[in-house]
Amino acid sequence: MMDESIIKTSRMGALLIALFLLVGLVMPKWLLFLSTMALSHGIVSLGIVILMRGGVVSFGQGFVFAAGGYATALASNHLGVTDALLMVLIGGFAATLCALPFAPLLSRYRGIFFAMLTLAISMVLYGILVKTQTLGGSDGFNVSRPTLFGQEIATEESNWLLYNLAVVVVGVLATLARIYADSVRGLVSMAIRENELRVEYLGASVSNTIGTNFIIAAFMGGVGGALTLMSLGHIDPNFSYWTTSGEFVFVAILAGHHSMLAVFVGSFVVEIVRSFSNLYFPNTWQLAMGLFLLVVIRFLPRGLGSLWIDRNRNKGGEQ
Amino acid sequence: MTNFQVSTVLSARGVHKSFGAVTAAEDINIDILAGQRVSLIGSNGAGKTTFVNMVTGYLKPDAGTIELNGKTIVGLGPRQISALGIARSFQIPQLALEMTALDNMLVAAACNDGPLSVWRPAHSPARIERAEALLEKFDLIAHINRRVAELPGGVRKLLDIAMALTGEPKLLLLDEPTSGVSVDEKFPMMDTISTALSSEVVTVLFVEHDMDIVTNYSDRVIAFYSGRVIADDKPDTVLDNDEVQLYVTGSAKQGHSTC
Amino acid sequence: MLALTILIDGIIYASWLFIVALGLTLVFGVLKILNIAHGSFYAVGAYTAASFVAWSVSLGFSPAWSLLAMVLAAVAVALLLAPVVEKGVLRFFYGRDEVVLVLVTYALFLILEDATKLVWGPIPYYVSEPYMLFGLVETKTMSYVGYDFTLIAFAIVCGLGVWWGLNKTRTGKIVLAVIHSNEIASSMGINVTRVCTWAFMFGVFLAALAGAMTSPMISVQPGLASGVVIVSFAVVIIGGLGSIQGAAIGAVIVGLARALAVHTWPAAELFSIYVAMAIVLMFRPEGLFQRVQARKI
Repeated sequence: MMDESIIKTSRMGALLIALFLLVGLVMPKWLLFLSTMALSHGIVSLGIVILMRGGVVSFGQGFVFAAGGYATALASNHLGVTDALLMVLIGGFAATLCALPFAPLLSRYRGIFFAMLTLAISMVLYGILVKTQTLGGSDGFNVSRPTLFGQEIATEESNWLLYNLAVVVVGVLATLARIYADSVRGLVSMAIRENELRVEYLGASVSNTIGTNFIIAAFMGGVGGALTLMSLGHIDPNFSYWTTSGEFVFVAILAGHHSMLAVFVGSFVVEIVRSFSNLYFPNTWQLAMGLFLLVVIRFLPRGLGSLWIDRNRNKGGEQ
Repeated sequence: MTNFQVSTVLSARGVHKSFGAVTAAEDINIDILAGQRVSLIGSNGAGKTTFVNMVTGYLKPDAGTIELNGKTIVGLGPRQISALGIARSFQIPQLALEMTALDNMLVAAACNDGPLSVWRPAHSPARIERAEALLEKFDLIAHINRRVAELPGGVRKLLDIAMALTGEPKLLLLDEPTSGVSVDEKFPMMDTISTALSSEVVTVLFVEHDMDIVTNYSDRVIAFYSGRVIADDKPDTVLDNDEVQLYVTGSAKQGHSTC
Repeated sequence: MLALTILIDGIIYASWLFIVALGLTLVFGVLKILNIAHGSFYAVGAYTAASFVAWSVSLGFSPAWSLLAMVLAAVAVALLLAPVVEKGVLRFFYGRDEVVLVLVTYALFLILEDATKLVWGPIPYYVSEPYMLFGLVETKTMSYVGYDFTLIAFAIVCGLGVWWGLNKTRTGKIVLAVIHSNEIASSMGINVTRVCTWAFMFGVFLAALAGAMTSPMISVQPGLASGVVIVSFAVVIIGGLGSIQGAAIGAVIVGLARALAVHTWPAAELFSIYVAMAIVLMFRPEGLFQRVQARKI
């Protein structure tokens, strides 16, 4: 017996997916590519938003992004996997497997230490990838075009089909994320962000929730990695570099943690600004991003800028 | 022999706790019976907070046992003890400030409902109804959709207690329920709390400094000094006690404590 | 002989790491800000030094003067950039959560990445004049550039200088009080805002100086900052945020680990640093030397 609100959310999700699929029919090729990138990066940021709802920020989602991407790339080149949907699933599950051993450890950390530990882990992977010649070292390697349900995708159509796949996959995941956020666990997650002491005293396990959020974010990161790989046809260690992780965090901050759609709008805006700035005002898009980030952190109301309740407010709870 | 059995809800035997050279609890022996309203009094550092912290699992006694309805709770953490039926409110209300009063109540309900579900929406009609009923008892229904950050201190204290009651605990510990509240608000607030509690099946322990509140709202008083229990009886008897007057309330019987 | 090579390489790299990390750890100690833009100040210092040295050469000064030009470059960067950043940006975020401040400094990093490219362009700069000032140091098997060894001397001077300044001068004691607890310091009458402003400027100066001193050893080009950010973070986390001895020990550990890897297991060169960082975070998150800070009960 499904709850009414879950049915409502699912309907909304399906509607949005249909809408984006329709819009895709009229998009020019460059916009299709841009949108696919926005979706495949946005899904990683969505994972960060889920973590942020629980009060922690990961500065190392590049780890799962790269893990998913490389696993998919290797499956494609060495195991002969070509089906795009299968590759997305491989990416997601591979990243989850890689993240699993770190979840219990990470769930005990907060604040700067959580951020730094995730950063360190992603840089360890980066360091390994750069020096592993069989994986192409710092140049990485290419993959061939994926297929969809056995159909060879002609170069002309591949952008459009990949876009459709991204819309469906990301749309489903975003809908599930919304259901998660509205669920009992999602609400407690938010409370943990504000006062984990109280949550612990009320009887729920804070570290369990944070650990679970981390796993969910890992799956999303891996899916993002697989989709990005298929869009670019190429992978390299930069997927795991700290500046890549930083960009995912940027979009998450921009979007805030109340709306799932906002994450993808934010991701899309970043991709547009990046492309246009490269064309018309070179060397300004990071400047713009940085300024915008400062504005968001400073001025946008709770949920978008002021994401963290000063921990000082609740001090003094224990005598 | 009485016709009805009054069970012992909480039983402490030989409980001892020290922090280095400081003895915070020394040979504490207490039996709390079901339905009692017990106040714990004593000046700061006397040991009542330490006792509360040991009962709720924040601290572990160095020696002795504490049992809830016959089950040992020493060594268990706050989460497990909460699951067994001990709830507490906080002197400085511990709430999710950016969330509404309703959401705070729903969180409390969720935490008490066993494993957190991913599929059940937090705002289900059934759970909202129960939260509303509880908020009603505490006269908080008007604030149901307001952000806690906007609520005044007295309202937050009541909300804190309402949240603790959500899990239908067997034992409720109130940590200075009227502290930080203005003098004219204290009694109305205690009235509200008392009325709300009387409609729930729960045993209450509360830490208090105001002797008027103690006299009017508890049927039993346990006085602490220097980690020991120096008196344990009806309010009038305890407050007449020489040691209690010396160490806790000040020389003459006053309405307010010396701290 | 291999051991000696590893030791020398390690100490040279450690010296560089220490100079770079010193400012970062100091700024955290005083302002409680983990400054991602620290790497950007390093890069700006390197670029400015490149420009200053080029001017000094074009004005006919001998290469020895280029050392002064480098120091002046660092001073210029600190005087110009620090107030703009601190009063123009950071000030609006004081009191916010530590992670929020990291994000603010990340925004600054992004801004400075492009700003540097806009001012100096994407081409690499070479600051060759000072590099051969100290000649070559020849051992039986290896030949080192003398300049690399001055880095060691310089690191020691910096470290001792800052240590002495903090512990033996009145101003230093005031700074230590703020590091310990800015609330207590403020209640003692110390102008915490002023200490923070000057400490930040000093931190920027140290970063820029590190960049300036290093510029003859590398090609100064875009991308300099991001590499420095991550490696200085590793050193500071390992040593302990806010601790100067920590920065020194962290620098030595990372320096020797890298030298060891380069000569015996090259594949581990990069990740060994971050494995060390992760291990420290897992087992002793406060680092090897916890900064002296008042415990808030």
